[in-house]
Amino acid sequence: MRLGWAGLLLVLWTLVAVAVPWLPLEPDQIALETILAPPGGAQWLGADDVGRPVLDRLLVGARTSFWVACWVVGLSLTVGTLAGSLAGYLGGAWDRGLVLVMDIFMAFPGILLAIALAGLLGPGIGNLVFALTLVGWVGYARLARAQVLSVKGREHVLAARALGARTPRIVARHLLPLISAPLLVEATFGVAAVVVAESGLSFLGLGVQPPDASWGSMIRDGVRYLLVAPHLVLAPGAALFLVVLSVNLLGDGLRDRLDVRTRRGMAP
Amino acid sequence: MQAYLVSRLITAVWVVAGLTSLVFFLIHWVPGDPVEVMLGESTAAADRTALRHALGLDQPLLQQWGAFLSGVVQLDLGSSLYERQPVLELLRERYPATLELAALAFLIALVIAVPMGVLAAARRGTVWDAGAMGFSLLGVSIPNFWLGPLLVMLFSVTLGWFPVSGRSGPDSLVLPAVTLGTALAAILSRMVRSSLLEVLGEDYIRTARAKGLSPFRVLVRHALRNAWLPVLTVLGMQLGALLGGAVVTETVFNWPGIGSLLVESIQRRDYPVVQGCVLTISLCYVLINLVTDLLYAWVDPRVRLGQGRY
Repeated sequence: MRLGWAGLLLVLWTLVAVAVPWLPLEPDQIALETILAPPGGAQWLGADDVGRPVLDRLLVGARTSFWVACWVVGLSLTVGTLAGSLAGYLGGAWDRGLVLVMDIFMAFPGILLAIALAGLLGPGIGNLVFALTLVGWVGYARLARAQVLSVKGREHVLAARALGARTPRIVARHLLPLISAPLLVEATFGVAAVVVAESGLSFLGLGVQPPDASWGSMIRDGVRYLLVAPHLVLAPGAALFLVVLSVNLLGDGLRDRLDVRTRRGMAP
Repeated sequence: MQAYLVSRLITAVWVVAGLTSLVFFLIHWVPGDPVEVMLGESTAAADRTALRHALGLDQPLLQQWGAFLSGVVQLDLGSSLYERQPVLELLRERYPATLELAALAFLIALVIAVPMGVLAAARRGTVWDAGAMGFSLLGVSIPNFWLGPLLVMLFSVTLGWFPVSGRSGPDSLVLPAVTLGTALAAILSRMVRSSLLEVLGEDYIRTARAKGLSPFRVLVRHALRNAWLPVLTVLGMQLGALLGGAVVTETVFNWPGIGSLLVESIQRRDYPVVQGCVLTISLCYVLINLVTDLLYAWVDPRVRLGQGRY
């Protein structure tokens, strides 16, 4: 039931993110006569401090968060899984090297590194994706490594090796399918974490730059008008909250369905 | 225990050294010239060269790295490019505010999460359980840079109970701490619940019940004691997340701590201060994790006598 609503919302999020370029939106249309206009009337969700329509900016922000999440989770999942499973399978110096690197990364609060990195690289979506990926891959690598360690001694892996299969084939065909369920669950929660992180960095002024819209930067700009125009903070915040809530619900559902045990809270 | 202690200490030292170097190289690798920041773009080339020399920026990178590391060991983190003040002094000014905020947030999280998690586990499947888990889900899903303004709207603007922002007394601490503590409370209550549920399924719990002990006694004396262990390990990591979250929360509330100092310094491209902030927060994180690990070993003999974590 709850999962149904969550699914619906996520489908909507995806559709909006894909369709935005073709929608008749005017997110950057400055209009002096509608400055701080309340919701209702010609503009459903009102207008911001320079009269731009909040709804249009909200939809563009949905696109931003969606693509940043896709890129960051996609890249970190790929890099992390490859590094973790190879190191776990090969063992030896490879494994020790990876564990050392992971130890250092895990010793950092991820969001802090992302803040510092995004700040130093300078604002912009590309740098944002890079910073969040650099922080994000470690969680997947750690999980993939642990999972591979627990299954690499199984008979079918041994059999594959005895038949002469090479490492890439063993990892891809005999190990990855076995460890994909927990990685999938982790990636789902990862989407929620990245959406929050993107908005958070944009809130701090380190992510998406004006005039481009991000839910985080909309909240930051709106806070100044909290007293006179609370809808500037309420609208993007509610959108952000609902998306994150839905993703978390989906993650919980997936975890129960796939019967995966995870330790929550590793997200950046 | 001693061997464990030593091995953990060595790891901590290694991690701090690695961390420090990582920060150093990141800062020197990314584009942006501190000399330009200090002097502006229009100054004469000779002035820039002189300043570059004075700051040691014309030295080879490895040599700068060595100088930086030896500075860190001697607690010399350089000077702010903007405030013309030693970084360490700035950090010393700001850290009590962060400490205060994090400590109260942690306390709030514990006070909310532990009873809630225990209740949810003890009354599994009831409306209490559903309520606690509902809260937990909302808590992990609400970003603190939205929760903060919402709380301000309700408690400062409408009700007038607390100041909107700044650090002006004990009442100004409440909203930032609640904002920061909510996510931790949500995660923690989930962990307490799942850990307790697992322990409650053990044989010795059945034995304790069969002996005729009261449910309360079984819960507190037998189950909770063991349920603490997994919670404790993850708690260390969560405290790190708390420090990260403090950066955002401090910015929301204009709280004069290390987090807001970090954001200000990034915006001014004040590299030495950025370095100092990242280093301080990371050091705290490493220290917290070290203490949690040792605490864990002290509480659970299986860890201290057995293998490490990997």
